[in-house]
Amino acid sequence: MNVPILSIRGLTKTYKGGTRALDNVDLDIRPGEIFALLGPNGAGKTTLIGAVCGMVRPTGGSITAFGQDLSRDWRSARARIGLVPQELATDMFETVWRAISYSRGLFGQPSNPARLEEILRSLSLWDKKDAQIRSLSGGMKRRVLIAKALAHEPELLFLDEPTAGVDVELRKDMWQQIAALKKRGVTIILTTHYIEEAEEMADRVGIIRGGRILMVDEKAAMMDRLGTTEAVIALAAPLSAIPPELAGFPIEIAKGAMQIIYRGGNGQGGGRAQVAQLTQAMTRAQIAYTSLDIHDSSLEDIFVGLLGEKEAA
Amino acid sequence: MAFNIRSAYAIYRREMGRAFRTAFQSILSPVLTTSLYFVVFGTVIGARMEPVGGVPYGAFIIPGLLMLTLLGETTSNASFGIYMPRFTGTIYELLSAPVGVAETLAGFVGAAATKGLILAAIILGTATFFVDYEIKYPVLAAFYIMLVASSFALFGFILGIWADSFEKLGIIPLLILTPLTFLGGTFYSIRDLPAPWDAVALANPIAFLVSGLRFSFYGVADVPIGVSLGLTLGFLALCILVITVIFRTGWRLRE
Repeated sequence: MNVPILSIRGLTKTYKGGTRALDNVDLDIRPGEIFALLGPNGAGKTTLIGAVCGMVRPTGGSITAFGQDLSRDWRSARARIGLVPQELATDMFETVWRAISYSRGLFGQPSNPARLEEILRSLSLWDKKDAQIRSLSGGMKRRVLIAKALAHEPELLFLDEPTAGVDVELRKDMWQQIAALKKRGVTIILTTHYIEEAEEMADRVGIIRGGRILMVDEKAAMMDRLGTTEAVIALAAPLSAIPPELAGFPIEIAKGAMQIIYRGGNGQGGGRAQVAQLTQAMTRAQIAYTSLDIHDSSLEDIFVGLLGEKEAA
Repeated sequence: MAFNIRSAYAIYRREMGRAFRTAFQSILSPVLTTSLYFVVFGTVIGARMEPVGGVPYGAFIIPGLLMLTLLGETTSNASFGIYMPRFTGTIYELLSAPVGVAETLAGFVGAAATKGLILAAIILGTATFFVDYEIKYPVLAAFYIMLVASSFALFGFILGIWADSFEKLGIIPLLILTPLTFLGGTFYSIRDLPAPWDAVALANPIAFLVSGLRFSFYGVADVPIGVSLGLTLGFLALCILVITVIFRTGWRLRE
């Protein structure tokens, strides 16, 4: 494995009043990956980002970015980190151009109008460069925040709920832009409520709840390990018991003996293949069926199931 | 790591841009107010007043009026400059940037102090239309104005971090600085007050500032210039110390 671009060990944050927002968090982020941090509201996602980016003072633990201890070498490390916040927080009276020029300068980078133009064009904001930010639509304001975060050409970019409140079309547009950033070698950590977003873009997924990381894995491996396929087979005639020909399949009889429900597989196509074998076995056993409905579990199903399990435990 | 001049300049330029964007409020408004003081107290009433310490009354009140505007405006500008990002949430960018206390102060406080100096120059220029005056020690006056502007810009910065509402932001300049400046010898010499009020007036630190500036203008003062300078430098050092502690602890800045 590559040396992590960001390494978090034992990170803890307890707010005044005793709320423990982060509880002994360990996390490694690999260079060049898109890492999605999923969790319900109040899980600690924004606090985790805040601790890395300097808005939150950790109570304990250590953060290393680019091999540098963030508490000691914060200047050089922070110069290489960008942040797109969740809130639409920007100086509404500034023009787009002045706002991103300020961001670049603030992070200690020399003026580079050509680079800023490139960033604005890539975000379809070039035509709006002289517009006051307050005159832009919500989606454009969010893109301005992305442009500001990219202005100093960070190697590690945090996107805190980047598509919150953004319409479907613009969300897909942003996914493309995030993918383009990854192509340029930027490591991206994003938090999101839209699990579809993580499913679409992330290389790895971390699930956080109550300030604790419950699981970190490759998205494909997580789907493989925790994903399932559910098939509902409507029968032409009631079936009182599972015949011996179908005994090896993970099935049950439901809905007044008029349905066979299959639950199994691995979320990576294995379940569908087994459902095909099941239907062949049913044909051989002369069990007629009228319809077949197959559903692979999504990352969302896994996420909800995992959180439900932890809650029950 | 060394002082990051680009970061400091970015903050400074943005703050100056904000001032020019709101030129009426930040420059024209205080100039108009001060001009009214010159008209009423300097020209109309001043013509009937005896000279104070050998200085014609109209000219006598210039340093005090200048101090009145300088203290109010630099404090307000600096406090507003840091309070607004806290209020709107844009402070995230400053906190996540590779920027320390030195760059932040150079940017925010430097801009507030610059605005104060521009204002002072405009007010002094305006005063020439209403009263005749000459500055006896111009270098000392310029230094003293810069010192006071920087000190109160730092004070305003602390105020902007302390305040958690717009009301609190306005309380100190309106309810403390302005009355203290009025009572600090802006329109009269403290030495002319009857006992024990002349001694009581010296409990007001602004009296030392007005006196110091008046000395640099006309060579007359209620307290020795060394005391005024020492007090102002001490106040400057105290503000820097407080801000350093604020940045180290993250008080009201970082959660």
